[in-house]
Amino acid sequence: MAQSVAEDRMKISDDICFRTEIENLSGQKIMDCYQCGECTAGCPVSYTSDLAPNQVIRLVQLGQDDDVLKSKMIWLCVGCETCGTRCPKKVELSKVMDALRETSVKRGISAREPAIKIFHETFLRSVERGGRTHEISMLGEYKLRSKDLFSDLILGARLFCKGKLAIIPSIIKGRGEMKKIFGLLKRK
Amino acid sequence: MKYAYFPGCSLHSTAAEYDESTREVCEALGIELKEIPDWNCCGATSAHSLSHELSVALPLRNLSKAEEMGLNVIAPCAACFNRLKSADMAVKEDPKLLAAITEKSGVKYGGGVEVLSLLAAISGLGDEVVKARVKRELKGLKVACYYGCLLLRPPGVTQFDDPENPMSLDHIINDLGAETVEWPYKNECCGASLSLSKPEIVVKLTHDILSVAKRAGANCIVTACPLCQGNLDMRQPDIAKKYGETFDMPIFYFTQLMGLAFGIPADFLGLKKLLVEPDAVLALVGR
Repeated sequence: MAQSVAEDRMKISDDICFRTEIENLSGQKIMDCYQCGECTAGCPVSYTSDLAPNQVIRLVQLGQDDDVLKSKMIWLCVGCETCGTRCPKKVELSKVMDALRETSVKRGISAREPAIKIFHETFLRSVERGGRTHEISMLGEYKLRSKDLFSDLILGARLFCKGKLAIIPSIIKGRGEMKKIFGLLKRK
Repeated sequence: MKYAYFPGCSLHSTAAEYDESTREVCEALGIELKEIPDWNCCGATSAHSLSHELSVALPLRNLSKAEEMGLNVIAPCAACFNRLKSADMAVKEDPKLLAAITEKSGVKYGGGVEVLSLLAAISGLGDEVVKARVKRELKGLKVACYYGCLLLRPPGVTQFDDPENPMSLDHIINDLGAETVEWPYKNECCGASLSLSKPEIVVKLTHDILSVAKRAGANCIVTACPLCQGNLDMRQPDIAKKYGETFDMPIFYFTQLMGLAFGIPADFLGLKKLLVEPDAVLALVGR
């Protein structure tokens, strides 16, 4: 019995630690949320997600790190900021989502929406290489890595014909500076 | 009026027509744009999705260059504008973050730059300035003004218009002699960066936006964001396939319509780059 009380206490302190970690990283007061659900009502992606935005906040309040870090929702959130704009307690949920994604990557948790993570990584690699994105090489790399080879080929061809995709990348001079800036990502 | 110009990656590729029409319209309005030398990508959604520090450091390098130029910044792309302004505010609110970024990445920034979206800059000129440049009114166009997300939200960052019922773009379009429709989806999200990784979501969201615009009586949509324009323009064939509904609704950049009303030749406004051909709609206004 005594041991289980001690275990419970440790669990509670872990739960608080997780909430504090997310609060510090996001700069948001998670405990201010009183679950009105306004964020979920306006969310453009909650219709297709496993967790609703208000459930994400509730799970962080309760310290349920596993449930929230392994959810689809943290990757589906597109950062439209509708939730934070309408929140009566001024919790900017998209900053919480950013903090949760960053934490899940840091903990080595595999993303429940792998294509979205692969897209972000591929995009950033393109910027790291040349300082600006280069769509054609980025799209090629994305397709190979996501193993989604055949979708949007016609669309790609139409964009190319309209002169919207440059063959030669636009590369900046400050690539050394880029390397240093991208050190911020790699240190994580 | 002279500004440091941040075109961003989209305006050099998929949104080249936004760049072309922006330069033309700004020249007509007496707004001088000086491109930030050797600018880099703002990091867009991807940077803030994976690292807060990176998402601030990437825009900051551009702001520091604008600071050297001694000019405030204009960014036509809603996402670039939002990331540049967010970074500016983040380091002003948290000097420790700036110190950490400067120490680790060498990027220095004194905080002396104001960031404006192109829409805010033009809207700030006032109706009379825009009207004075109009040579041929766009009577016959029924326009749904679509603001999307990142020009408006979060309001603490964007400091622009009413996030729930924005009107600044409507006023500009009215100044051109075109009619604007009242519709409730002007600030809904198009799915933005999910375009490639979750196209089914973007197809659903853009279908909803297009059908509400059509029901409101619009014959075209006007945007001030390359992500919004791209998704609404590119996904119409996928929408037709999934929902059996063909919209054929042209999606213009607001600068393209301004240019047409100012009498700038269509060839200089990149109208041929739009995927949904605008010819039938433009014929309504004798273009």
